[in-house]
Amino acid sequence: MLSLSIGEVSAALRKGRLSATELCRRCLNRIRKTRHLNAYITVTEDLAMKQAQEAELRLTRGKPLGPLDGIPFSVKDNFCTENIETTCASHMLRGYFPPFSATVVQKLLDQGAVLVGKTNLDEFAMGSGSTDSVFGPVRNPWSYSVSYREQSREQDPDSDWVIAGGSSGGSAAAVASLSSFMALGSDTGGSTRNPGSLCGLVALKPTYGLLSRHGLIPLVNSMDVPGIMTRTVHDAATVLDVLQGRDEKDSTTVESAYSPSSLPEEFDVRDICVGVPKEYHAPGMSAETLAQWGRVVALFERAGARVKEVSLPHTQHSIVCYHVLCCCEVASNMARFDGLQYGHRSKVDSSTEALYATTRHEGFNSVVRSRILAGNYFLLKQNYDRYFVKAQQIRRLITEDFRRVFQSGVDVLLTPTTLSDAARYSDFIQEDNRTRSAQEDIFTQPVNVAGLPAVTVPTALSSRGLPISLQLIGQSFQDMKLLTVANWMEQQLDFPIIRFHDDTDQERECKLGS
Amino acid sequence: TRFMTGFSSSLASVSSQLRGVVGLEIHAQIHATSKLFACSRVAFCSPPNSSVAFLDASLPGTLPVLNRRCVEAAVITGLALNCTINRKSLFDRKHYFYADMPAGYQITQQRLPIAVNGSLIYSYFGGRKRNQVLSRCVRIKQIQLEQDSGKSLHDDQRSQTLIDLNRAEGQLRVDANVSVHCPGEPLGVRTEVKNINSARYVARAIDYEIQRQKKVLENGGIIVNETRAFDSKSGTTIPMRDKEGLQDYRFMPEPNLPPLFVYEDEASVPAGVNPTQVVMIDRLKAELPELPGVRRARMVDQYKILPEHSFTLVNEDGLTEYFERVVRNTKAEPRKVIGWVMKELLGNLNQQSLKLAQSPVSPEALADLLNVLESGHISSSAAKVVFQEMWKAPEKAVEQLVKELDLGLVSDREKLLKICQKVVDTHPEQV
Repeated sequence: MLSLSIGEVSAALRKGRLSATELCRRCLNRIRKTRHLNAYITVTEDLAMKQAQEAELRLTRGKPLGPLDGIPFSVKDNFCTENIETTCASHMLRGYFPPFSATVVQKLLDQGAVLVGKTNLDEFAMGSGSTDSVFGPVRNPWSYSVSYREQSREQDPDSDWVIAGGSSGGSAAAVASLSSFMALGSDTGGSTRNPGSLCGLVALKPTYGLLSRHGLIPLVNSMDVPGIMTRTVHDAATVLDVLQGRDEKDSTTVESAYSPSSLPEEFDVRDICVGVPKEYHAPGMSAETLAQWGRVVALFERAGARVKEVSLPHTQHSIVCYHVLCCCEVASNMARFDGLQYGHRSKVDSSTEALYATTRHEGFNSVVRSRILAGNYFLLKQNYDRYFVKAQQIRRLITEDFRRVFQSGVDVLLTPTTLSDAARYSDFIQEDNRTRSAQEDIFTQPVNVAGLPAVTVPTALSSRGLPISLQLIGQSFQDMKLLTVANWMEQQLDFPIIRFHDDTDQERECKLGS
Repeated sequence: TRFMTGFSSSLASVSSQLRGVVGLEIHAQIHATSKLFACSRVAFCSPPNSSVAFLDASLPGTLPVLNRRCVEAAVITGLALNCTINRKSLFDRKHYFYADMPAGYQITQQRLPIAVNGSLIYSYFGGRKRNQVLSRCVRIKQIQLEQDSGKSLHDDQRSQTLIDLNRAEGQLRVDANVSVHCPGEPLGVRTEVKNINSARYVARAIDYEIQRQKKVLENGGIIVNETRAFDSKSGTTIPMRDKEGLQDYRFMPEPNLPPLFVYEDEASVPAGVNPTQVVMIDRLKAELPELPGVRRARMVDQYKILPEHSFTLVNEDGLTEYFERVVRNTKAEPRKVIGWVMKELLGNLNQQSLKLAQSPVSPEALADLLNVLESGHISSSAAKVVFQEMWKAPEKAVEQLVKELDLGLVSDREKLLKICQKVVDTHPEQV
């Protein structure tokens, strides 16, 4: 039951084959059983049951609020949730209870969705492994899957478990371990797509400006977007329809000219031109990922789509451009954390300066602190032109690269999402956060720099029994079109549902017909 | 010694050639019901922290939303000061840490403000007797929209600082940038003088700072680029402790506010943009009130009053309207009316520290009095007495007061003869 799609389980709820409270209870049980994954920071049991009861009332009366009524979901802990602790996985916000909810969270709640918990992440969304949280790292549910354990030579999962990816690892783990049907992540340089890829999920980064950022605690204001994680493309489209739209409270949202609310009934892949950027053949990409890339290209070709090689010549500069702009914004956005209004406050109070300095040193981990220092350096008057302005100029060139390619008749680009399948935690932590981020974000951050939509779709399991995924990149505000192509791709691939040794037959065979 | 003398005398002569150069940074709070970027209410004299939106407290995840009324106010101000209104302007973050600025940065317009290159022609009393009206022109470099900081109160006894984030000071604040140089030579190093808490201290603070800088240079020293605070008790400026050295504000564009566009008129609003959602300059031009210079000239021209009086009329809120209403309702000439307004009315108001709106004597009542005076029914000295009585008893009509006080002029010859006869009869010794 828990591995059903939103579409399937929603139909079951509406037909009365399943009760919303029963569904919620199962998800909460699952969370308890999968505690070792460390996917959740806060589990909102009482609130969830209350919401489920209200949903049940509506469903039994035949008056559901929509396709998400009664559906359990989770939210990355950098989204504000009213009166529910919101920590950003940092000491700085331990015990912080926002007085308001993020717009995208509120929209889901208004549709009757059931919030089961706040998920774990890299501190303040900085990282690509979900390994730098004050609450400890997130474990990829596939570490415990039949496919991985069968391949692994170790007996004890505690020694060879793999990372969930980051920074929205908790959200990905929640959906992949079947304790949520959908989750909100955030995506600044790939933070939704990366864990989505490593956990075998569909993860969408919408066009910048399509979804509201009000209530999303910012990392890089000019690149952040709320991300959507589900197990099918169709589900992602359902959630996107609920969340998209201009928000008065966010001046960077745009009323897109025409925004379809669902995937089209009819779609002919022969109308599509797929671009394959040659600069994305990065060193360090695994052979299996390369093979999957080739496999899916062939799939498109055989089905009659046009496929052509394209060039995005400024790709090589993207990671540095991203890093400079990211640090500058981080330095600015983190300036508000001084311990005065909310959050952690140091006991040192000999002077305001001492209070600020100690609070910030105690509250932030070294990853956050180093980005702040770098950002302050780049923003100094004598450095501003050389770093910040230069990076913005490069940013324009990268954006132009994409625009030119799309103008030449390409509808979507097909690239890998990550260099390989999920790494073992013990291997991943051999390098520091900055190094790993620079390596892992290679395929994902140019998309944030250009503000485009992109989605990761799992394609197959690797020889280690772990998901490999590919990314589709679309044109600005053509998110539904992007998902249409992704939907076709998903249907060709038949990626397996995750299986665990302790799944009971009942759970596995519980396929409620639609 | 000769060298020293020569040195100091050449410095002295330099000093006497030194002229002050002043730039004023004026912070004026916009008259609006809510704040620049947040929807919390602007309220004067509210209890501390009673009107604080989530954005004002810099709660993480909040985003600034521009207040349209504030943009209109900035454009109107720019138009009134002969500025070029920038059709496109930008917002920036200015970073520094201070307890009254919770976000750690202030949103301002450093790169491209909303209005630039204006001018203000102002007049003042000069000449030997200070009764000549002279006029000068001052350049307005730019007008920018910016976020106000909170208010901080230092409690030295308890070694703590209290912060109020309501942000409604409701006043004009002025910082003065002062330097000295010899005309023709490059500008000198400037200092910034803050903490000038009222208009009357502005001149004192600037004068002191100019003299201080001259003396420093006279003694062979150099001026340091620093921020100094004006101390009203001593009338001096002192260096501010925590603002040593050059501040690098690490300006960065505000990423949450797209560029601000204002349009000339409805025709220039691009397709797809809702005209009710934009600020249009021609609409605001039409809303501009009569500007002070124009009004003063009109007063002098229309009513033939003295220029000095036109200043007073324009500078007191509502006084022009008061004056014109009296003029409309009386036969007396405006030049007579102005005397009454300047002396009797303003005299009483100032003495009792009242505002014009609190005047017990209405324009119509004053007009009545002046009509009675014009008709010869009372003498002008009697009228002054009646005025004071009207002040005390505004509910009584002029005629009633004249009767009660028996101040009516008698012009009947017979009656006058009778009165004189009576006086002569009752005082035989004097006669």
